Amino acid sequence: MAITKDKLVEILTIMLRIRTFEESVQKEFAAGTIPGIVHLYLGEEAIAAGACANLTKDDFIVSTHRGHGHLIAKGGKTDLMMAEVLGRKTGYCHGKGGSMHVADPDIGMLGANGIVGAGLPIATGAAASAQIRGTDQVAICFFGEGASNTSRFHESINMAAAWKLPVIYLIENNLWAVSTRSADVMGESQLSKRAIGYGIPGVDVDGNDAVAMYEAVAEAVARARKGDGPTLMVCTTYRWRGHMEGDPQFYKPKEEAEEWLKQDPLPRFRKYLTDTGTMTAEEIDAIQQGMVEEMEKALKFAKDSPFPSPEETLEDIFA
Amino acid sequence: MREITFLEAQQEAINEEMGRDDTVFVLGENVQAMSTTGLWKDLSTKYGDMRVRDTAISEQAILGAAIGAAATGMRPIASLMFVDFLGICSDELINQLQMRYMFGGKIKMPLTIVAGCGAGRSIAAQHSKSLYGWLMTIQGLKIAVPSNAYDAKGLLKAAIREDNPVLYLTHKLSGGQSSQVPDEDYIIPLGQADVKREGSDVTIVSIAYGVTMALAAAEKLQANGISAEVIDLRSLAPLDKETIINSVQKTGRLVVTTEEPVTGSAAAEIAAIVAEEAFDYLDAPIKRVCAPDTPIPFSPGMEQFWIPDEDDLIKAVTEIM
Repeated sequence: MAITKDKLVEILTIMLRIRTFEESVQKEFAAGTIPGIVHLYLGEEAIAAGACANLTKDDFIVSTHRGHGHLIAKGGKTDLMMAEVLGRKTGYCHGKGGSMHVADPDIGMLGANGIVGAGLPIATGAAASAQIRGTDQVAICFFGEGASNTSRFHESINMAAAWKLPVIYLIENNLWAVSTRSADVMGESQLSKRAIGYGIPGVDVDGNDAVAMYEAVAEAVARARKGDGPTLMVCTTYRWRGHMEGDPQFYKPKEEAEEWLKQDPLPRFRKYLTDTGTMTAEEIDAIQQGMVEEMEKALKFAKDSPFPSPEETLEDIFA
Repeated sequence: MREITFLEAQQEAINEEMGRDDTVFVLGENVQAMSTTGLWKDLSTKYGDMRVRDTAISEQAILGAAIGAAATGMRPIASLMFVDFLGICSDELINQLQMRYMFGGKIKMPLTIVAGCGAGRSIAAQHSKSLYGWLMTIQGLKIAVPSNAYDAKGLLKAAIREDNPVLYLTHKLSGGQSSQVPDEDYIIPLGQADVKREGSDVTIVSIAYGVTMALAAAEKLQANGISAEVIDLRSLAPLDKETIINSVQKTGRLVVTTEEPVTGSAAAEIAAIVAEEAFDYLDAPIKRVCAPDTPIPFSPGMEQFWIPDEDDLIKAVTEIM
């Protein structure tokens, strides 16, 4: 199945939206307007954009502490996200979650999550829910290679494999788990091999190639919707920024970071689109300009929004 | 009305709720294998493998998947077997169940966790805990602690229909008790205590199997001319403060018993509430009748020493009369 032009434009738009949103957050954090901590998705945009282009609004995704890109790719609104990141009443979670818990259950985005590995069983449960209700919904569980070493990786994938659940376990292997090189703390760093132990397909994908991402996830989603069960997908990329903003990153070799910057997924995708005659440079620039304007509006919306009243602390505990 | 056991009442509750709502499903270890006996009797033959799901020994996946399913339109019942095992999936319990709050109220979490609790069977420190005080610190979690068959059925049905996470605990020594249970459908709302025996001299607040013990103690105290009121909290969260305080206003004395180490116990919290909110009505110090601050020992003599019992309760009441 050839990828359509509309799909390619959609993926590019999402990647540019994520890139521009994260750059705005980076600037705001440096300016001191964002409370707490933020983990940026810069450099990893092709993964969320390529993967989620295979989903409908009714499908589910489960995200991580580095979750802005996932929510945008699932259809999240940048003004409501920015307001949440800035702790405002108008934000997605009315200021109760912040960057690390941003969520929109109405579009199947079951939350960023501050605990590494916690999303795996939650995605498994969402897939079980779809299976029991007899819908064709699927769940994509995004997590890092760091989370692949937590106990829930094993428990969740085993459960999904036994029950043939419609779920894709998508590892974003950005090589660094906080400040530790992941390969140094794993016996076997080719994570797709682990799929053998669960009797499910294990797929390696270039996580900086938007088209490869779209196609690989399309296959896994089709398999899940048919009732053939889960897929383990390992998408290799690079974490451009620190674990969180403010991380001095003294542990990262400079040459490595520079080498990966050359593999920026956006110019790569841009080149693909212009080389194949899918889009002109002008068309791409116009989308880019639109995103700059969108983020200006999102920031204005967030900054013009009130903070929640302190008493709202006491609301939303029970339904 | 007919007399049925605590366990039969629970079997009826789950069976009836699965019958009235297709979104109710059960997941946990041995839930199909135990289909001829126990809590999950007959369920898999009646409702099928899709809704009665055997899992591997994977507590994090059980509770985590229940959370994911509850967030997406299902009403799961997660079987944890022993409350002690909540330690294995404590991230789900203390960090993930709170999705609704973190998401600003945008999600419902209709999820019931069922587990056994309590000492008295000589199964030592890892299978005998109750953890009441610790569990009460978990925000967003309701906790049901029935003491008899009637309450067991009504509270379990309420828990399954509840749009919030509920931990439903069954004390190991309660299962064989019988009581009168109506034929028709009923629920007991979470957060409503029940005065199991009226009295005028002292209030005894208790839960779960402790209620059985408190009622026996009250009987003996009556023979000594002491009239004890026995309150069964039925839920630890929400806590029915009003019933406790009303009783203390009447009796002027309070003894609280919960089966757990005394430090940080549910009894300690209840004592603090009464000290803060009803101090002027107290004629004597509040007493907590709990276990010593140790893990639970195995050997029967030591275990009996550890468990707060009728004699401890009578002694505590007598001391403040």
